[in-house]
Amino acid sequence: MTEPNPKKRRLTLTLIGVAVLAALLTLGVTALLMNIFQRKTEARNPFYRVVTLDENTTDPALWGKNFPMQYDGYRRTVDQTRTRYGGSEAVPRTPTQADPRSVVAQSRLEEDPRLKILWAGYAFSKDFREERGHAYMLEDQVFTERQQVVKQPGTCLNCHASMVTAYRKAGGGDMFKGFEAINKLPYFEARKLVTHPIACIDCHDPETMALRVTRPAFIEAMRALKKDPAYDPNVQATRQEMRTYVCGQCHVEYYFKGAEKRLTYPWHNGLQGDQILEYYETQTDHADWTHAESGAKVLKAQHPEFEMYNQGIHARSGVACADCHMPYTREGGLKISDHHVRSPLLNINRACQGCHRWPEEEMRGRVETIQTRHMEMRNRSIDALLALIADIKALGATATPEQLAAARAFQKKAQFLVDFIEAENSNGFHASQEAARLMTQSIDYSRQGQLAIRGVVTPTPARAPQAQTAPTPAGVAAKASASR
Amino acid sequence: MRLRHVVIVAGLILGVAIGIGSYTFVYAKGYSYLTNDPQACANCHVMQDYYAAWMKGPHRSVAVCNDCHAPHDFVGKYTTKATNGFWHSFYFTTGKYPDHLEIKPRNQRITDEACLHCHEEMVSAIGKTSCIRCHWDVGHMK
Repeated sequence: MTEPNPKKRRLTLTLIGVAVLAALLTLGVTALLMNIFQRKTEARNPFYRVVTLDENTTDPALWGKNFPMQYDGYRRTVDQTRTRYGGSEAVPRTPTQADPRSVVAQSRLEEDPRLKILWAGYAFSKDFREERGHAYMLEDQVFTERQQVVKQPGTCLNCHASMVTAYRKAGGGDMFKGFEAINKLPYFEARKLVTHPIACIDCHDPETMALRVTRPAFIEAMRALKKDPAYDPNVQATRQEMRTYVCGQCHVEYYFKGAEKRLTYPWHNGLQGDQILEYYETQTDHADWTHAESGAKVLKAQHPEFEMYNQGIHARSGVACADCHMPYTREGGLKISDHHVRSPLLNINRACQGCHRWPEEEMRGRVETIQTRHMEMRNRSIDALLALIADIKALGATATPEQLAAARAFQKKAQFLVDFIEAENSNGFHASQEAARLMTQSIDYSRQGQLAIRGVVTPTPARAPQAQTAPTPAGVAAKASASR
Repeated sequence: MRLRHVVIVAGLILGVAIGIGSYTFVYAKGYSYLTNDPQACANCHVMQDYYAAWMKGPHRSVAVCNDCHAPHDFVGKYTTKATNGFWHSFYFTTGKYPDHLEIKPRNQRITDEACLHCHEEMVSAIGKTSCIRCHWDVGHMK
């Protein structure tokens, strides 16, 4: 063994050092090169048609072969993530014969037990959970305990399954006829006619991929709202309106009209909560159930997101549902709309910061300020209503029939308006002032009901000053009708 | 190993790095970044929206990207171009950056100082403040 030459050793070390540095540099530069190459290629080839799609292609996986990035996002709606006031949390459960789900969302009834009194006597007081993502819409409807309490019609599937081919088949090619036929079926009969939750075909034309409205109930409701029996959103609506209308087909208040259980959106007087209440009270004798504690015939409101959004500043500014809930997202060299439909609070950079030039935390803070105030008002409104229900229950036996009827009538109004707010899935964000307006009405009706059950006659209050001109209607829906 | 061999191997390795580096430089139009042409900044897709918004903005005929986003002295200008170029390459390659870009404090300072390059006389009485906090749309029309 000879002593290693120190000069030679230093040289070897230098060589290794240089080689490692040069290799790292080469690695980085090659990565950059490949990245640029990939972006350039992507920009050149936005789309490959590998399968032919038509009106019978219900399976979204087939559409996904042509549009893998959109399909990938669509599949992510299985995610369960909480926000401060909303969002769903994955709660494990032991599967049973009747309900094989191993994960559900948290129970809203356990979070807020007042809701059990609010809906006493109705299936919602049995099982009511936070809504999960689109991917779960069908199985969550099939397995909710509400199905065991009441027999539901096929109408329910309108918004819980991909219906385009099912309606066409049932109607011999006519969607409206198929709609009528499936509405009338018992739920589990109708369930056999569908396979997927909402799928590509429900919002897109398979030929052109253009957005389209496919739900007869929405088309009928828009005709009633616009007082135009020939209105056809698929022909007359702008592209930006369609980016709201496809969502507005389901995220709405509705009821099942008559014995044929026709799905109807009560927009005949307008989209505002009190206009809808007025429709129910004056144009139909519709009631959803008789309240178990007070005996009042009352109404249940369902997720009026489209209605509330239309009263808010974003609608007024021409921002569509998809702008915040499916914002444009960069996939390599392409820009696509994010088909992972979710709360904008989970995606603030893309959803908000395109227009609002403030840091992410500032945007979250603004939303949560609105929602915190909203929740306080909502809680007070529910408390006021529960006080009325308790009064009717306690004093009903000694009150005159007129007093009892009057108090119950006030309960119906107060209950619908606060439920309209409770059921709406933005916790006040879509239109905070409109929500506050409806809640003040609700609280006032609860107050009047408490006086009525005691037989207190209050003098008609002096008329409050009125604004000289009515405000111009806000929102995509109203704006379109005004401009035509 | 003889010294000669060592030098040859080191030279080869460095040569490969320089070769690939030069090819990438040409392929990615790296030379265009030495110019003032705003088109160069839009080589990358992410900048195309900002380029388009500048074309619609009120400063389009008086200021190009470099006038507001790089210091006006030679060393500062090319140091800024080099550091920003490095970080842009880094984040675009790793893909870890938000869709709606947010300017970093250092670059915002450069932009605020750039306003003074032309408008100092007019605004000197105002004192130290951020121009673009309020005049956020002078560079890029939204």
